[in-house]
Amino acid sequence: MLRLEKRPSPSAFWQKASPFLAVILTMIAGGIMFWILGKNPVEAIRTIFWDPLFNAQFASYSRPQLLVKAAPLILIAIGLSLGFRAGVWNIGAEGQYIMGAIFGAAAGLAVYPVESRLIFPAMLMAGALGGWLWAMIPAVLKTVFRTNEILVSLLLVYVAQNILAMMALGALRNPDGGGFPGSRNLSQIPAMANPEMVAGTGMHWGVVAAFMAVIAGHVLLQRHLLGFQIKLAGQAPRAARFAGVSPARLVIFCLGVSGLLAGLAGVFEVTGPAGQISIDFASGYGFTAIIVAFLGRLNPVGILFAGLLMALTYIGGELAQFMLSLPSAAIQAFQGMLLFFLLATDILTNYRIRLSQREAA
Amino acid sequence: MFGSIDPALLLAALMVNSVPIMLAATGELVTEKAGVLNLGVEGMMIMGAMCGFATAVVTGSPLLGFLGGALGALALSLVFGVLTQLLLTNQVATGLALTLFGLGLSSLIGQGYVGIKPPATGKLDLGPLAEIPFLGRALFAHDWMVYVSILLVAGVWWMLTHSRAGLILRAVGESHEAAHALGYKVTRIRFLAILFGGAMAGLGGAYISLVRVPQWTDGITAGAGWIALAIVVFASWRPWRVLAGAYLFGGVTVLQLNLQAAGSAIPVQYLSMAPYLITILVLVIMSSGRGKAALNAPACLGQNFHASR
Amino acid sequence: MKRRNLLATAALGLGLALGGGAFAQGMDKVKACFVYVGPIGDGGWTFQHHQGALAVQEAYGDKVEIAWQENVPEGADAERVLTQMALSGCNIIFTTSFGYMDATNAVAAKFPDIKFEHATGYKREHPNVSTYNARFYEGRAVQGHIAGKMTKSNKIGYIASFPIPEVIMGINSYYLHAKKANPNVELSVVWAFTWFDPAKEADAAKALIDQGVDVIASHTDSTAPLAEAAKTNGAVIGFGQASDMAEYKDGPRVSSIIDNWAPYYVKRVGQLMDGTYEQIDAWEGIAGGEVEIGEITDKVPAEVKAEAEAMRDAIAAGTYHPFTGPINKQDGSPWLAEGETAPDGDLLGMSFYVEGIVGDIPK
Repeated sequence: MLRLEKRPSPSAFWQKASPFLAVILTMIAGGIMFWILGKNPVEAIRTIFWDPLFNAQFASYSRPQLLVKAAPLILIAIGLSLGFRAGVWNIGAEGQYIMGAIFGAAAGLAVYPVESRLIFPAMLMAGALGGWLWAMIPAVLKTVFRTNEILVSLLLVYVAQNILAMMALGALRNPDGGGFPGSRNLSQIPAMANPEMVAGTGMHWGVVAAFMAVIAGHVLLQRHLLGFQIKLAGQAPRAARFAGVSPARLVIFCLGVSGLLAGLAGVFEVTGPAGQISIDFASGYGFTAIIVAFLGRLNPVGILFAGLLMALTYIGGELAQFMLSLPSAAIQAFQGMLLFFLLATDILTNYRIRLSQREAA
Repeated sequence: MFGSIDPALLLAALMVNSVPIMLAATGELVTEKAGVLNLGVEGMMIMGAMCGFATAVVTGSPLLGFLGGALGALALSLVFGVLTQLLLTNQVATGLALTLFGLGLSSLIGQGYVGIKPPATGKLDLGPLAEIPFLGRALFAHDWMVYVSILLVAGVWWMLTHSRAGLILRAVGESHEAAHALGYKVTRIRFLAILFGGAMAGLGGAYISLVRVPQWTDGITAGAGWIALAIVVFASWRPWRVLAGAYLFGGVTVLQLNLQAAGSAIPVQYLSMAPYLITILVLVIMSSGRGKAALNAPACLGQNFHASR
Repeated sequence: MKRRNLLATAALGLGLALGGGAFAQGMDKVKACFVYVGPIGDGGWTFQHHQGALAVQEAYGDKVEIAWQENVPEGADAERVLTQMALSGCNIIFTTSFGYMDATNAVAAKFPDIKFEHATGYKREHPNVSTYNARFYEGRAVQGHIAGKMTKSNKIGYIASFPIPEVIMGINSYYLHAKKANPNVELSVVWAFTWFDPAKEADAAKALIDQGVDVIASHTDSTAPLAEAAKTNGAVIGFGQASDMAEYKDGPRVSSIIDNWAPYYVKRVGQLMDGTYEQIDAWEGIAGGEVEIGEITDKVPAEVKAEAEAMRDAIAAGTYHPFTGPINKQDGSPWLAEGETAPDGDLLGMSFYVEGIVGDIPK
């Protein structure tokens, strides 16, 4: 009979090794799935994990794209992780991301066609404000009426999607677009664009912001009183209250920060990779970021790696789809498996697996 | 403003509309009452929709179809159970991964089933009841699954509040340490609750693919699982409130489409946001009025348990 | 044929200067790539594009290689997917949704030797970008005629997705021809605000049926509205949308509009092979085979069927344009004078209802 025995302290070895074990297990399980689907498993696995990084034909393009794809996930996940640590459940980052993009784009388009260096920073501030305001709805309802923030933040995603459609069709619609939905292309307007800073590197302001968020998150949690309070509130809410932590302030702070960062991610995307407000602007980053946050163990550095790994499976999955005619559903299932294994192998960090002599209790 | 909308037909429509989210939410409620947060409802629902559809098409029996749907989703929830209960993974992340996996897997299995019609699920003949003016058309002219779903809500309510099993389940959700100390097998009880939640989500999914939109297409549940999760919170973990919440949400959805069809003057864009906004609004009113209502969450919700001895 | 050849425009003049050689030269082997917005299993829009892709394979055998990617979001991911396709050696890339417009043009700028074909858009910023679309409103006219003749309650319904010109054009065409066939007809429009949500589409159909509507057309992707109509035991009829939806032939489906992209895809890939490929803005309809009217079933009386087919043939022959004046806008202001046909520009940017439709277009 197998038995789990809690380690006195987490194993440093398995902390580093378990993700690799998970990837190997996923390759085996995923390979079997691809084989059942009639594809060459070795080729499929190589296309997903190897080609985006080292294929001679693509890699010079795909590698920087990892940063582009990972940046919004990391940015949003950093914000969410603070709340999740404190027991504040913001499930609606997707809505805050959308509202950030709308506010940011609206701020820029309001002064179109003025060209000024101040416009882009102003758009960032407007976007952060938009995300923050959208997150303040569940925060205020939670602190004033004790309304559950999971429900409010989640349902507000749908409201935000409706507003997005309204904006793409109405107020923000490109007046020169012949009645078609969608705003002007912000990435083509110099004052509003968020381009690659150095061509071929993938670095845009959103990537820079994501790295800065990782550092700031790390410092906050390790060095700052507020970080301590967040951790305390999550692990021992009553003790936190005795220690003078105001739950209401914490809710406002955590939802506010995650909304603000999600909003920022929204502006960076709408001014850069996505380029415009359109009906289908939202692509699920807000939900994927929740997974990224937990894969990173709610730890800023962990989130950085988790975001990059998720981005790799997206980009590798895209390559596998059109190189090998794999259905996108197979890639989804494969990503699901990878997540399962990553989460499951973490047990080796905290527990020992023992063969026990007697029946387990 | 309600001009030409027939209330009997509206009531009838909302009863049908609400079944999938009601079933899935009732299952999730039991899971959460045991202290487990499974965010994979959407993935389990779509597996139920797929497996239910496939079973019904192959066997020609809607009844077996529902059974197949429940089993398919139950199998997926088994994965969740193994991961969270035995391997102690984080429940939120595992649930989201489950949704991703379920969406992918259902689409892979379903490739041969696009463009097929399933066998029809029969209406329940309630004889004279269906003849009652107004009420007959509104309440007593549905397929049998509508009534089964209400019975399931009633059953869960009875189980949670009047049975020993319910007491134990709630104890496990409120304090797994205490329940463990009393000799209850926390992991086993949670496992069962997860499987029940899976089976119910599967039934809800199968209702979509067999009755509400009798067909299979990729992504057919289109987010119903997320609404079910919201309804559990809305209901403050009380079964009858799940029913009320599902009817409220379903009712506003049906009403807004009816208002459009009837040519109401309210702008469409506000109508289409209405189900979400009104659900939030009602919850705000309830949670502010009754003080404790919002604080009814099981104390151990989302926390993993490992018996050290 | 209403194809507008842009050879004369300045844009293509530039194109000839830049890539004239490559344009004239044929190719022995072509890799044709397709980007889809939904899953192939949607049974509608994406499914039909994929059918077109398979037709290309069938037509040219091992002289072409096809590759595709489904479920590509229209936001930030499109440009990357397109670039990776271009890098993988595609010679021609079909981007099959409106939302890929800017990404298509951006990537086309970086790969001047690769041909890009964007469906339903209007931007051709580079000589290697062509656009193509189908005149679905022609099919809507035939549907409208059948609807007007078939309704007993004089109430017909339309399940719309988003208020964009493409959809509004379809509603107007449907209504105008229903009204012509039956002056008492009233149209109810329900906006679902989604392209694909079977349960919601079914609810919308139910709402229309509850309002007494007995003919339903839809501009969303699933067969759910037909499935809902099927529950009325023949009292309500509807139409297949995007694909034939033949499985409902013995039920409510009396006809359909089929998006048939195969002729266009086969033609364009063929042109690339024999060296006659040119930048175009294609907008073909029934005549070009892109819009097909699915079989009209026996539920429709023979004379109505004959009228509908005559209309279809007249549109195909170019003797009838579904938007022929006099037509007023909803507010009563004149749009088309007697005998005048709608200019393509008006249609492509259409943002108003025609006279007689009740309700507002959501803004």
